[in-house]
Amino acid sequence: MILMQSGFKNIQFIVGGQNTVERMQYVKPLPPFSDEVISFLNELSKIVIRKGRTFSDVVTFGFWCRRAALLAEKEKYDDKKQRYGKGIVFHIAPSNVPVNFAFSFAVGLLAGNANIVRLPSKDFEQVKVICDAINQLLAGDYSYMSDYLCLVRYPVSKEVNDLFSALCSTRVIWGGDGTIAEIRKSPLKPRANEITFADRYSIAVIDSEAYLEADDKDAIAQAFYNDTYFSDQNACTSPHLIVWLGEKKKEAKELFWNKAHSYANARYELAPVQAVGKLTALCKFSANRKAVFDHGRDNLIYRIAVDQIDEGLMDYRYNSGFFFEFDAESLKEIAPIAGERCQTLTYYGIKVEKFKELLGDVKILGIDRIVPMGKSMEFSLIWDGHDLIREMSKRIEIW
Amino acid sequence: MDYNDILKNSPYSLAAPEKNTLLTERLVELTKHHYERCTPYRGMMDAYGWDPDAINNYYDIPFLPVSLFKQMDLCSVSKEAIIKTMMSSGTSGQAVSKIYCDRATANNQQKTLAKIVTDFTGASRMPMLVIDTPSVIKNRNMFSARGAGILGFSIFGSDKTYVLDDNMELNVELLESFLIKHQGQKIFLFGFTFMVWQHFYRELMRLAGEGRHFDLSGGVLIHGGGWKKLISEAVSPAEFKQRLEEVCGLHDIHDYYGMVEQTGCIYMECECGHLHTSIYSDVITRRPQDFSVCNMGEPGIIQVVSMIPESYPGHSLLTEDEGVILGEDDCPCGRKGKYFKVNGRLKNAEIRGCSDTYAVRF
Repeated sequence: MILMQSGFKNIQFIVGGQNTVERMQYVKPLPPFSDEVISFLNELSKIVIRKGRTFSDVVTFGFWCRRAALLAEKEKYDDKKQRYGKGIVFHIAPSNVPVNFAFSFAVGLLAGNANIVRLPSKDFEQVKVICDAINQLLAGDYSYMSDYLCLVRYPVSKEVNDLFSALCSTRVIWGGDGTIAEIRKSPLKPRANEITFADRYSIAVIDSEAYLEADDKDAIAQAFYNDTYFSDQNACTSPHLIVWLGEKKKEAKELFWNKAHSYANARYELAPVQAVGKLTALCKFSANRKAVFDHGRDNLIYRIAVDQIDEGLMDYRYNSGFFFEFDAESLKEIAPIAGERCQTLTYYGIKVEKFKELLGDVKILGIDRIVPMGKSMEFSLIWDGHDLIREMSKRIEIW
Repeated sequence: MDYNDILKNSPYSLAAPEKNTLLTERLVELTKHHYERCTPYRGMMDAYGWDPDAINNYYDIPFLPVSLFKQMDLCSVSKEAIIKTMMSSGTSGQAVSKIYCDRATANNQQKTLAKIVTDFTGASRMPMLVIDTPSVIKNRNMFSARGAGILGFSIFGSDKTYVLDDNMELNVELLESFLIKHQGQKIFLFGFTFMVWQHFYRELMRLAGEGRHFDLSGGVLIHGGGWKKLISEAVSPAEFKQRLEEVCGLHDIHDYYGMVEQTGCIYMECECGHLHTSIYSDVITRRPQDFSVCNMGEPGIIQVVSMIPESYPGHSLLTEDEGVILGEDDCPCGRKGKYFKVNGRLKNAEIRGCSDTYAVRF
């Protein structure tokens, strides 16, 4: 395929160049978790952990792609010998999460593909640290990976989207229904597949008695903070609704929110517009639905008690520390809010078997992840209901 | 409480304690009024846990974020009673506020504005130059903030003349003939800050370069609409005044602060350069952390209260502006009430998270 030249003029190449895109079309797909890729990511891990140590998200990525960690993941795939990458994966990273792009291309590589990545438009320092490290490796011992990676920036451009979409075998779109609709205007090859991460919401379930018995309440507050305030409560994994179970809800809530407040107060800076935004969200909600607002001690935590939950509730969700709370008698009561748009359930003090029972008992279309409190953002190769390695690779049958 | 009785007081006549009593009585009454007549408002007050009997100071009355009027219809009268709907000026694509006015509220807006402005300009009508294009008021039923401002201030003028054409260019001949016609009279000029600068001052400068000078030293200019655009051009309020005086002798210049959501209750800038609260309204600055009240001199989010709004629940609003209360009852200009300054819009925060990655943001 000869590439249209005109689309390229708006593209800024951070890793690779126009020639890389040309050559990418001829590279050999690799088997999942190939030694070449694992060695490359392991080296990348070393550099970014050193150079990006001031960024917790860069360090997290670095730890995630160490050789030992990747080899452990590899063990989970019993069909890896029959699998190969599909060709080129085109990733559209979110503009406001710095390191997400790195997990995305790393998975693309691990699945055996060449990767074109549209980087966040914002100039995050974290992006620079990771891209510099990649360039250093590609210029040295890892030049053999050069044709597998191309990291670019470009302004909103259907022409460029068209170009990359026509080349790829898998397209990965991170986040935002609006983004997905926009990118989908660019056609894919007939056999290409697409992995989209749409706008979703998440919930948390806490057992009041278990919480009161816990002796690590500060650690729980930290875990909750990491799930919520750390991403301005604006990641799709951040809970917007807290469901309380058990007999000692009132007591547990008081303690829980006090701890959460102390932890967040020391770390989270609420900008004036966020304070006004939260008040606006409260007004919009209470104008339409019955709500009891807990004034708390300041604007850091907004708690709105609701006596009914359904999917419509989540249309009123907001960020920066804005929580609906619901008292439930049993886990089953979450069913009305666990529709397709519900992504992650984080929990504290509930046995995993309870969730398995629940999924067997009632119709739950959503909820693709059930993880302990504090782990909502932890990246895994099964994400948002997608088995990323398998969806970015093909399985070959040989008789 | 009849608003017309309140209007009998002159706008800067009451000291803090009397003003507080008056505001509290009227604003509590308005809160109850809207609670009974506006269902969405009632829901908000219920969520707040508002108890009218527990409130003995208007500082304790809940405030609505001003942007709510962009996001929902808030009205405390029947649709039939609405005689005009005012809209905020938003650039295309942005949501605009919709403010529903019945006859009483619309009248009170007009009367209040008159009381406030004549305190600065005197009671008699003056020949009026509008520094804008006439097309801004074409649709009389849907008032934009610009149009509403012009029409509101028109009551102070006679022989109202728009000096800009549809291309926002100064009609020099029209200006010339207007000034000849009204020679020796006090001229009233009105316009939006940015328009005055961009389309009037700059053009006068250019004409001065050609040797054509205009004398407006006997005029009074009232301008509003914010400094945002001029700050990007690095023009300070002081420079704005100084340059206008240099080019045409105009020195009686008053900025004002106000918003379409509380039309009528504007905050005029006095001779000392301070924005003043009249007795019909007030300004409270609040801390973003907990919305507690700021001390004098401490910058905070501006809350505005107004005794006018009866047809929509806009009597207590939290703006998106930051300001500072400079003093109360002791401005050297002699007017009572709080005086303050506006620092500008609250800064937009960069929110993290993973939605909206592509479509609109950049």
